[in-house]
Amino acid sequence: MKLNKTFGVLLSGVLSIGILAACSSDSGSSSSSSSTTPTNTEPAEGTKVIKIATQSPLSGGSAIIGEAIKLGAQLKLEEEQAKFEELGYTLQLEPYDDQGDPKKGVSNANLIGADEQIYGVIGHYNSGVAIPSSEVYEKYSIAMVSPANTAVEITERGLKTVNRIVGRDDFQGPAGANYAINELGAKKIFVIQDKTAYGTGLADAFIAAAEEAGAEIVGYEGITIGEKDFNGVVNQILNKKPDLVFFGGLYSEGGIIIKQARDKGIDVPFMGGDGMDSSGLVDIAGEAVKNTYITSVAGDSTATESGKKFVEDYKAKFNKDPEGFSVYGYDSMGVFLTGLESAIKANNGELPSKDKVAEAVRAVKDYKGALTDVSFDEKGDNVNAKIFLYKFEEASYPPVQVGEVGQ
Amino acid sequence: MLQEVLQSLPQVLVDGLTLGAVYAVVALGYTMVYGILQLINFAHGEVFMSGAFIGTAFFILIMGMGWAAEIPQFILLIIVLVLTASITGLVGVGLERVAYRPLRNAPRLIPLITAIGISFILQDVVRFIAELFNGNYIVTGPSLFSEQITLKASSISSIFFDARIKTSFLIVLGVAIVLMVALDYFVNKTKWGTAMRAVALDRETASLMSINVNKVISITFFIGSALGGATGVLFAVQYGTIDPYIGFILGLKAFIAAVLGGIGNIRGAMLGGMLLGLMEMFASANLSLLTGGVFGAEYKDVFAFAILILVLIFKPEGLLGKPTAEKV
Amino acid sequence: MKAKLASYFSNKWLQVILFSLFIIVTSAALYFSQKSVVSFLLLLSSLLILHYMSLKNVTKWITALGLLFILIPFASSGGPAFQSYMEVATMVGIYISMALGLNIVVGMAGLLDLGFVAFFAVGAYSYSIFATKQASNFMPFGNFPLGGESFWGFLIIGGIMAAIAGVLIGVPVLRVKGDYLAIVTLGFGEIIRIIFNNADRPINITNGAMGIASVTPPEIFGITLSFPNQFYFVTLFILMFTIFAVLRLEHSKLGRSWKAVRENEIAAQAMGIPLVKTKLLAFALGASFSGIMGVVFAAKQAFIDPTSFTLMESFTILVMVVLGGMGSVPGVILGAAVITILNLQVLTELTNWLNQLSLSGALSIPDALSPAKMQKFIFGALLVVFALYRPKGLIPAKNKIFDVKKLKDHRPDHLNNDTEKDSVPIDKVQV
Repeated sequence: MKLNKTFGVLLSGVLSIGILAACSSDSGSSSSSSSTTPTNTEPAEGTKVIKIATQSPLSGGSAIIGEAIKLGAQLKLEEEQAKFEELGYTLQLEPYDDQGDPKKGVSNANLIGADEQIYGVIGHYNSGVAIPSSEVYEKYSIAMVSPANTAVEITERGLKTVNRIVGRDDFQGPAGANYAINELGAKKIFVIQDKTAYGTGLADAFIAAAEEAGAEIVGYEGITIGEKDFNGVVNQILNKKPDLVFFGGLYSEGGIIIKQARDKGIDVPFMGGDGMDSSGLVDIAGEAVKNTYITSVAGDSTATESGKKFVEDYKAKFNKDPEGFSVYGYDSMGVFLTGLESAIKANNGELPSKDKVAEAVRAVKDYKGALTDVSFDEKGDNVNAKIFLYKFEEASYPPVQVGEVGQ
Repeated sequence: MLQEVLQSLPQVLVDGLTLGAVYAVVALGYTMVYGILQLINFAHGEVFMSGAFIGTAFFILIMGMGWAAEIPQFILLIIVLVLTASITGLVGVGLERVAYRPLRNAPRLIPLITAIGISFILQDVVRFIAELFNGNYIVTGPSLFSEQITLKASSISSIFFDARIKTSFLIVLGVAIVLMVALDYFVNKTKWGTAMRAVALDRETASLMSINVNKVISITFFIGSALGGATGVLFAVQYGTIDPYIGFILGLKAFIAAVLGGIGNIRGAMLGGMLLGLMEMFASANLSLLTGGVFGAEYKDVFAFAILILVLIFKPEGLLGKPTAEKV
Repeated sequence: MKAKLASYFSNKWLQVILFSLFIIVTSAALYFSQKSVVSFLLLLSSLLILHYMSLKNVTKWITALGLLFILIPFASSGGPAFQSYMEVATMVGIYISMALGLNIVVGMAGLLDLGFVAFFAVGAYSYSIFATKQASNFMPFGNFPLGGESFWGFLIIGGIMAAIAGVLIGVPVLRVKGDYLAIVTLGFGEIIRIIFNNADRPINITNGAMGIASVTPPEIFGITLSFPNQFYFVTLFILMFTIFAVLRLEHSKLGRSWKAVRENEIAAQAMGIPLVKTKLLAFALGASFSGIMGVVFAAKQAFIDPTSFTLMESFTILVMVVLGGMGSVPGVILGAAVITILNLQVLTELTNWLNQLSLSGALSIPDALSPAKMQKFIFGALLVVFALYRPKGLIPAKNKIFDVKKLKDHRPDHLNNDTEKDSVPIDKVQV
């Protein structure tokens, strides 16, 4: 009787694990089979599949932006599909969710590295995730094009595979600081940051530049992300009476700080980085968002002809407005595909090795994207990266562009 | 330095009281359940959060209807408070039925684990619903009671700055006080309140005195959760923006408040909540000032937890609690 | 019929034959297929089957070691997904070791610790600070980063650091019991994380939220370990040591004291068990296993930041222990393996699959419902369901059964005197 029971437990254990495994195997087989290509077309016999992964937070606090990056990349991939079909390749998008968590990012990176068909990664959004994950891509020679990471360390480690099309923090911070001091006449600045890798990096770069330009930093405070009551820090601002408040962090906290500060009668301008560049900021802060400046690596999509076309296509395809980073997902994918195409051509139409693809991506020069031109330097930074300055004059997104700084 | 601390003191007091009122009412839920079942209802913070979401949903719904714009804001608030409180109250009763009642005689570790489980489930269900309807789980409700009042603190003494108050602050504080007084009356003066205290004192003897213990426990959960839900609405009105993860840390802090005041003691919970709110606000406004920038506002949670640990070590019965000997 | 079948399966040789067949089929499938998560998981589950076979313990151990050290790495090396299997297996090993550590505290000593990940963080930081330039910010002497060989020393240092942290947390906590203890440990866990997150000012010790990047990879005999398959073996060695230590501890005098304290503190104290020492040892030992794995984790990730040590991680480890069975070593191993694989492989693959489906338009699932986001819901449901219906977990803990009569007969004469301190009958202690 006892044995019978043991056997029952054993059998049910094996079965349940089998079922779990069966679910995942389904996914394994269907993602490797080509029946589910994004374009819904059965590839012709004999075409080879090249997969490109995206890694961005599809869940969690930055999900809006993560999703925008993914959709932007998807749009470009589908546009270029036909060109690669002619070369004999089918492109597939493989979206991964890094949840804004370095552990998850690295573990996904290992899955990506293990997949022989994946030749490139578009991602990440959080620098804290991109740094450890890119070490894994380097091991497998998978080219990464970052649409959003501004942390200095991303490209400073001398990795062959890591590229980014956006500006760096030590470029974005000074751009904001110079604008604040020269254009807005700020002399006393209060700095808040959210104690994340992104916020700290941006705030430190801003402070360094602002002090150099002669402004006084009257306060430097950290907040806890996820909270809703920032009155303590706002009271410090009240005390110090600065001419400008700089916030290094994301829109979800930034919006609340702006609102609570305006409620307390603080009407000096606020300034933030690209993390505040989201329609969510307006939703949260409402009318209080007026007189807020943001520096962003993301430019106004509608500034150029190709940008306008992108916005229309995006709306038509996904039935929603693009976010600031959508176009960067789009252009990152474009840069990668340009590199991939030249690698394939250099290899006489045969499938090149991953090394060669990574080299070709690094070698991309004068790519004309929907928004930004891309030429990589030897570190993988885009020499054409620009920083844009925006001002919220009305409580609506997108804000008005008030400045542009090139390198 | 002292001067700067004093200047902002009126404003810090106002903000601290707002936060403290929220802590106090949430702490009531913890303290009632603990008093009666000796169980930390970890999911209480999540009930509070659900209340915030349900309340916001009602506000959006009612204000979306054209004719509703005619209703004065205050009456609207009362309607939403009552509706939300009854829904979260029922959620609380359901929780007790499903997750705690079957485990009443299990080792004490087990109900604590279900409580954590329930709070995860609630967080995720709310996230799911919010994301489905809003596209993003960070929800911002309509802004109510946003008129500004200036408290002329400078007229009392020139060392103070004026404090600015949103009308919502008065509403939050007022409603919280009404809720607490009503609860105090209910527990101390009514028949059901007496039954509740009897069950808390000795469950078995109470049942011998023809008190329906299960019913009393259900009522306790209903009232505690209704209060939690109502506080959620107040929180949404005061801060505007909510997400499904506000309940956990806030719940913990409310629990700290309950311990600080003396767990199981209703007046203690109110005192503890107010004190904790004030201390936290004071810490985050002045910590960097007092330590010369070495420790900043980011350490205020450390501050809250340190209070808990100190209280538990040196005065485990709390400020207003009575020391009890352990039953063998 | 049923009885007959059962008797067939109780036959040792039949079991062995079936088991070998199972292993051969799954490992062949794994070796020859391009990417088959099923066969990898089935091969892993052979260890579970092994647990239930009626073989001698020694035989089981040898078979298990053979499977883990030789067959699994070999069989998975066939396909291109080799490194990703090894990555998953390494993470499983790390989590098992942590769960075993927590099991000492929660399962055996009955002290609910909700801030357990703090010790993991202590281990991870103690290696990464010294294996990068970070240490030169506050150390007046020495040349940093230390070389990769120092990793092996740091395994021990990390364990000791975590044990010290465990005792430091344990001392004030001793005065509180049960539910309070849970909250206090949770608070401590958060305090440690917040301090790590902010310890870049005034002296830069942990580099704050920016985290510590480019941690020196470990080195042995001049070989630098950086790929998951290399870490697999490192983890496996440590895990084997952990399992061995935990099994020995469980049935030692200390282990029995823990269980006595768990069941009834006052009774245990009356039986002469020193409460303070027993509880502190539980904290220290549990923490040290976690600290050791922290060192491995830091070396494997090559990047450490405070977001890896959140409250959610503590709860994840708790879920593993509850799912497997509090106090049960095989149960906790199973629980940790199931949760880690669920988290890293099954949910990710399922999400990708649904993504592909919705991209191709075959099926449209609201984004909010994607499985990767459901992690909390799944954990919550597991906790509730197991606490309600199977509070002892997947593999319940078994107490060693002692034959009272035999014990009495074999008792040495000098112990028959009841005033002797150690003469508490064992069966009475573990009620």
